[in-house]
Amino acid sequence: MPEFIMGSALMLENINWENMWDATLETIYMSVIALFFTFVFGIIFGLLLFLTDRGQLWENKAAHFVIGAYVNIFRSIPFIILIVLLIPFTRMIVGTMLGPSAALPALIIGAAPFYARMVEIALREIDKGVIEASKAMGATNGQIIQKVLLPESMPALVSGITVTAIALVSYTAMAGVIGAGGLGDLAFRDGFQRNQPDITFTATIIVLLLVFILQFIGDTVTKVLDKR
Amino acid sequence: MITLSKLAKTFQTKDGSVTAVDHIDLSIDQGEIFGVIGYSGAGKSTLIRMLNMLEAPSSGEVEVAGRSMNTLGKRALREARQEIGMIFQHFNLLWSRTVADNIAFPLEIKGVPKAEQKQRVNELIELVGLEGRGGSYPAQLSGGQKQRVGIARALANNPKVLLCDEATSALDPKTTDSILDLLVDINKKLGLTIVLITHEMHVIRKICHRVAVMENGSVVEQGDVLEVFRRPQQDMTKEFVRQVTEPEETEEALRHLFEDDSIGHVLQLTFVGSEAQRPLINDVVRAYDVEVSILQGKISQTQHGSYGSLFISITGAQAEDAIAFIKEQQVEVEVIRHA
Repeated sequence: MPEFIMGSALMLENINWENMWDATLETIYMSVIALFFTFVFGIIFGLLLFLTDRGQLWENKAAHFVIGAYVNIFRSIPFIILIVLLIPFTRMIVGTMLGPSAALPALIIGAAPFYARMVEIALREIDKGVIEASKAMGATNGQIIQKVLLPESMPALVSGITVTAIALVSYTAMAGVIGAGGLGDLAFRDGFQRNQPDITFTATIIVLLLVFILQFIGDTVTKVLDKR
Repeated sequence: MITLSKLAKTFQTKDGSVTAVDHIDLSIDQGEIFGVIGYSGAGKSTLIRMLNMLEAPSSGEVEVAGRSMNTLGKRALREARQEIGMIFQHFNLLWSRTVADNIAFPLEIKGVPKAEQKQRVNELIELVGLEGRGGSYPAQLSGGQKQRVGIARALANNPKVLLCDEATSALDPKTTDSILDLLVDINKKLGLTIVLITHEMHVIRKICHRVAVMENGSVVEQGDVLEVFRRPQQDMTKEFVRQVTEPEETEEALRHLFEDDSIGHVLQLTFVGSEAQRPLINDVVRAYDVEVSILQGKISQTQHGSYGSLFISITGAQAEDAIAFIKEQQVEVEVIRHA
């Protein structure tokens, strides 16, 4: 049996390369759009988490608690359950449960809190002395955020978004299972349910390639940015 | 230039309230280098942070360059801070920016036009002796060079006051001296008022005009550096003065000598300025039937003249008379061992 599966996986006889290409594009589409919004919301929530904490620029216990609770709750819900929970919400804003766009709300709502925590950690790593020096120079809070907090934590923000991007690719595969399209959908429906292991195998290889490319880009950018 | 009145800061901690600065009155003149010395926990760091309101005082008043700092609104405070430069023990540079961009940072904050920024940065790089390093990142610089960037950055907006928070404490002795020379140079060239805090008397000796000694949140002694060196009143001050005047091994060496009964009287003489050049020992030996031997001596330079200390032993029939004679001279005498 294993030989049979491996054998037929390597034969690649069942593969419709046009479908495979479409699925790849769908996965890339979902990942890239979701990544963009995850980056934006993650930075906003991460900054808010950091700034409202004790001793920080916008210290505010209530706000910190609310944002912290949101981040913790949505980070803790298993993604496959989150998709199901968000079905009514997705229907409301996308109008359908099918296709790559329908996966976006769940992807963003699931990944942004994950990234927000990483943003918060990255900001915490900044030397307090540098923030103090900026205050001593008469900087406004906006200037401190824009000229100190974000640039000083940029390498960590980029390596964080790389990790998040890879998690997003695997989330898109899960979203595929409930009909969002993409490589996960193809691997599950055509590969697993129709017993065509070569399709599953090829889809896996493509996902791996995507992950490697993302990791490489992330590492390269981080290295260029890091002047420490 | 700076006036503090009844300035106090109390921190609330789990173990009750801690008074870091306890109703300090202090006034610092324009163009002087004023040092505050104390051990860690004396409150000097809190004190210097209250000068630019990085720390808000619990009570009292802070006036800097004609502005009552503790009454300013947010916006006015930011503008006031642009006229007060500050440098730090750990430099606090932005590692993501080059040397030139670090120096331009306070100019960006103030909204100075780009072209003007560039020109000012070049002037400052030259002033602090970092020609050719404008494109380097802080990580590529030595500690002394980083502090030079810190100084250039602090001076960018032509401040009236420069605050130095343990600015040389992370540097080796040689680098410390070169940074101190730079501060003196800037003080003379720009007529800038400098306030520095430190735990090293060497720093006070080398560059300060006046000094305040802090202990438990209070100023226990203050005055001209030379005067404080000559006649330290408080035990704390004496301890700090000894850091500079006596090499560490002095005490040990003297204790060893004391075991020898034939050593006679041991005196510590302290003299200042031109007195240092008088042939005092010569006079004593000529006038009295005594033998004088020099155990140890040292001369240190301060901003207002030289300061020396000498340990001698006196033996002979007229030893007591000789000591009485020395005491009449313009020299501080302490008999640290009687025969």
